[in-house]
Amino acid sequence: MTALDPSDNAPAIVLGIETSCDETAAAVVSGPSHVLSSVVSSQADLHARYGGVVPEIASRAHVELLTPVVAQAVIEAGLRDREVQAVAATAGPGLIGSLLVGVSAAKSLALVWDVPFVAVNHLEAHLYSSFLEEPDLELPVVVLLVSGGHTLLVLMEAFGRYRLIGQTLDDAAGEAFDKVARFMDLGYPGGPVIDRLAMTGDPEAVAFPRPMYADGYDFSFSGLKTAVVNHVRTHHDLDVADIAASFQEAVVDVLVHKARKAAEEFGAKGLCLAGGVAANSSLRERLLDACVAAGISGFLPSRSMCTDNAAMVAAAGWQRLHLDGPSPLDTGANPNLALPFILSGKPAS
Amino acid sequence: MIRNRTRSPGDTKSLAASLAELVQPGDLLLLVGHLGAGKTTFAQGFAAGLGINEPVTSPTFTLAREYRGRLLLHHLDVFRLDQISEVLDLGLPELLDSDGVTLIEWGDAIRQALPNDYLEVALTFVDGPDSSPDDRGVVLCPVGPGWQARTQALTTAAARWLEGPTC
Repeated sequence: MTALDPSDNAPAIVLGIETSCDETAAAVVSGPSHVLSSVVSSQADLHARYGGVVPEIASRAHVELLTPVVAQAVIEAGLRDREVQAVAATAGPGLIGSLLVGVSAAKSLALVWDVPFVAVNHLEAHLYSSFLEEPDLELPVVVLLVSGGHTLLVLMEAFGRYRLIGQTLDDAAGEAFDKVARFMDLGYPGGPVIDRLAMTGDPEAVAFPRPMYADGYDFSFSGLKTAVVNHVRTHHDLDVADIAASFQEAVVDVLVHKARKAAEEFGAKGLCLAGGVAANSSLRERLLDACVAAGISGFLPSRSMCTDNAAMVAAAGWQRLHLDGPSPLDTGANPNLALPFILSGKPAS
Repeated sequence: MIRNRTRSPGDTKSLAASLAELVQPGDLLLLVGHLGAGKTTFAQGFAAGLGINEPVTSPTFTLAREYRGRLLLHHLDVFRLDQISEVLDLGLPELLDSDGVTLIEWGDAIRQALPNDYLEVALTFVDGPDSSPDDRGVVLCPVGPGWQARTQALTTAAARWLEGPTC
């Protein structure tokens, strides 16, 4: 997995900073998977009354929260500041104003401490999150990355070697949860609310469509969202829990089906979940069942590792440092940064 | 106003693609309508009409995405923006000054920050005995002299979907 010769002199202790959306986070790792500290300060309460992240509020909150969060991460790691050997920050994708806060802070710290700066791709950090808790996961693995902004199926052959298998053609899975929750006045963020409601509802109450179920590896959740809206508009004797359960069941059916099919077709040794939607209890349960049925290993990161955090950023930063070296200090934030899919097509079997 | 009716998401895309043939550099379109009304669907058809091949996904998360076709397309979503100042933070004046076409979803919330020259596209659910859940009303409302001068061309481009009289 690692690109590192253990005898080299590359930095081992990396401070990571994550500010791409509504979590302000800092963490310290020692080596590729040993987490010394991980601090996350969520802004969800700030955004809840708007039904979603408000960019300007997010940027300001990052500015206020980042210094204490970084200080706490360094102290909890048992370090003095001069012992940090490199600083990593999420450079994209995400909200530009939010990204800039983290990137600027990381560069400043790198300059002051005279250590390397490394720009990290948020999606790559998510893909790598499973390895923080399970460093010996056997490759290749298929990772299902599902969050508010992304829905990706990726075959990971090594750190930095990815094949894009499928992605959403319209809304991200987490976005569908948020929008359905908002439409039904359930609050924000939508994922946890629907998850909780669904536990008391009947997942077969409404047969919502399973978009593109048998149709390749891409996803489409916009039509499902519309189907929920149509159903709610035309039925007035609704049980909200049944709607939540039926909607969630439709999303999970599609995600699990495609993830399993991809793992089998591409000969993956295992299947990993990543991203905020990976905290969904039905998705976790059903994905593990699918892995057992397919005879492959399944790995579900803990909920705190699924959602945005800086431990995955620090660890991915460690990997990138050892693969490519430091990033230039003129590296900017890029809200549309894509994952570097350097491979295409199917692997030779 | 030019009233149209589409019968499916694919039909909405066809109408959008047909309208895309009329747009010129610097044009602004506002997409308004409730959740699920078909704003992103319209944007996808519109992008296809501009010759954009890559998937046009919801910009809700990143607020703005850019695609290159016959013209550059700036696809913005201001669903979560609360204040006009935030729209200006997105660099809207620069986008409108550029050679691209700008398409803004949930745009009615920010109407007062916009120049007086845009095409408003309002998508609505259609209720009634002879309608299906996939039916959508698509009302085109040219605002400002530049777009009003193109009312006839819009009516022609939308001929297949035309429902009501123009006024």
